[in-house]
Amino acid sequence: MKYSVDKEGFYGNFGGAFVPEMLFPNLEELEKNYNNIINDKDFKTEYNNLLKDYVGRPTPLYFAERMSEKYKCKIYLKREDLCHTGAHKINNTIGQILLAKRLGKTRIIAETGAGQHGVATATVCALAGIECVIYMGAVDIKRQAPNVARMKMLGASIISAESGSKTLKDATNEAIRDWINNPLTTHYIIGSVVGPHPYPDMVAKFQSIVSKEIKTQLYEKEGTENPDYLIANIGGGSNAAGLYYEYLENDNVKIISVEAAGEGIESGKSAATSVLGKVGIIHGSKTLLMQTTDGQIIEPYSISAGLDYPGVGPLHAHLLESKRAQFISITDQDAMKAGLEISKLEGIIPAIETAHAFAAFNYLEFKKDDIVVVNFSGRGDKDLNTYIEYFDL
Amino acid sequence: MNRIDKKLNKEGKLLSIYFTAGYPDLNNTQEIIIKLEESGVDMIEIGLPFSDPLADGPTIQDSSTQAIKNGMNSNVLFDQLKDIRSKVSIPLIVMGYFNPILQYGVEAFCKKCSEAGIDGLIIPDLPINYFELKYKSIFKDYGLYNMFLIAPQTPEERIRHIDEISNGFIYMVSSSSVTGSKNTFDSDQLAYFKKIKEMNLSSKRIIGFGVGNKETYNTAVQYSKGAIIGSAFIKHLKLKGVNSINEFIKSIRK
Repeated sequence: MKYSVDKEGFYGNFGGAFVPEMLFPNLEELEKNYNNIINDKDFKTEYNNLLKDYVGRPTPLYFAERMSEKYKCKIYLKREDLCHTGAHKINNTIGQILLAKRLGKTRIIAETGAGQHGVATATVCALAGIECVIYMGAVDIKRQAPNVARMKMLGASIISAESGSKTLKDATNEAIRDWINNPLTTHYIIGSVVGPHPYPDMVAKFQSIVSKEIKTQLYEKEGTENPDYLIANIGGGSNAAGLYYEYLENDNVKIISVEAAGEGIESGKSAATSVLGKVGIIHGSKTLLMQTTDGQIIEPYSISAGLDYPGVGPLHAHLLESKRAQFISITDQDAMKAGLEISKLEGIIPAIETAHAFAAFNYLEFKKDDIVVVNFSGRGDKDLNTYIEYFDL
Repeated sequence: MNRIDKKLNKEGKLLSIYFTAGYPDLNNTQEIIIKLEESGVDMIEIGLPFSDPLADGPTIQDSSTQAIKNGMNSNVLFDQLKDIRSKVSIPLIVMGYFNPILQYGVEAFCKKCSEAGIDGLIIPDLPINYFELKYKSIFKDYGLYNMFLIAPQTPEERIRHIDEISNGFIYMVSSSSVTGSKNTFDSDQLAYFKKIKEMNLSSKRIIGFGVGNKETYNTAVQYSKGAIIGSAFIKHLKLKGVNSINEFIKSIRK
């Protein structure tokens, strides 16, 4: 298994657990237990029931006819935007809250950038009746007011991260510091396939439901489980990990990861880690990240708050290095145009993160019979203000 | 013999001071080191600032952010330390997160440390196993100690292992917390100090995190060879400046 995590928590050269000693016991507890818990029969039953009745799974695999016509291939959309809370994020938080309960934890912490993972975490904490503390950068609290309100309605406390650049990476730092301060009672629900081992693997496993469903659904529609291409947008990389998971070892299924170029790769305002990143350590993981030559972490930029993470998950760094995945960088401008186009072509308004994946079609060529599955990772409601301002709607 | 061992083998309790290099001003490094030695401190930890210091509270976060703004980085630090050994004989330890060291190149970093007369490193987010596997021999080649941390939740078996592979001292984190968050010890912490003391480890222990005044220092050294003060010292520097270092040290020790 070339693309699975190894015993030490690495994907090839990337991953591991580069954390201060204070966090060692927390991670060891998780590492020792997560696979057993996830594979436990009762856990699976509870998880699957909640995915079905609460989240609304399976999400449809929808043949996008007009888009297929335009881009001259067979395009299917995996409709994660139809999940409760409007994105794939909840697949992971449902899994982790059940895991936290089994570990006897009584308090949940999480980081959030745009607020999507924060809302998904606050939601499952309300569902489970567990205390919830969300760390969010002071800058993000200001620009994502509706999600802040949602989290409050769901009973979560929001703590403003005032350090550093006051955005997602700093919220993550603060959540990790909270975990150092509360090692026994608290479980940290990381929102992406980032952070120290075993998080990248655990989150990928919870998101793998996406590709598991596609196999069955695609077989029903096309008589094959395997598409020719998978396309996902990538910040930390959780929706991408879910889309790819079941296909990683099958080289016939090509993988295209779409990252945010922001105002352009060379503009100094970008989140194109595959081009601008160098090997380093961020949030406990050895991966590709944007940093100065001195090793200070650079604040990334994208119009999409879900893609402006300065690194990628270690699995994705490995997929890039081993050339298993092709990376494409899409600018704000291209993504916004694609968001509008997909809305008009298919009647679905995408999150700006998701719009990046659609913009990639302008830079790719497919054969007429190619089956291309795009992860429609989230709906656009949360981005309406950005769309309004951008297009003067 | 490594200067750190010499100090550890001496009679009496040790006081070690952490400061962030490049703070309050970029070029304070030598002056702070010299003044700390003059005021009778036993060891110095020179903090190489990092943009995202996970184990640190607001004081060291802020000093790190400011130091980076001031222009501090590995090259500048090594330049500032070039002739430091002609001026002081106190043990000098560089403490920093792993990423800046990784970017510099671990071997190149060790070489520079060795040339500057640094005695050891503390890298809080470099896991012990990874160090043993990848870097141990490099550190040895350059005569540098790498000191490990233990914390209240560290399992006993792991403490024994750390004790076995340690050189210099074991950095004993006083509580489950980031730096600078407490200024008294509670009964749980005292029980933990006592438990570790009674394990009769072969390595000497220095207690850090939450040591910030005379009371906490005196309590900590009842259970260890010495204690480390960081955040409280940085706060003092911010408030009273480099010229009042002696005053701060006296407030702890006299």
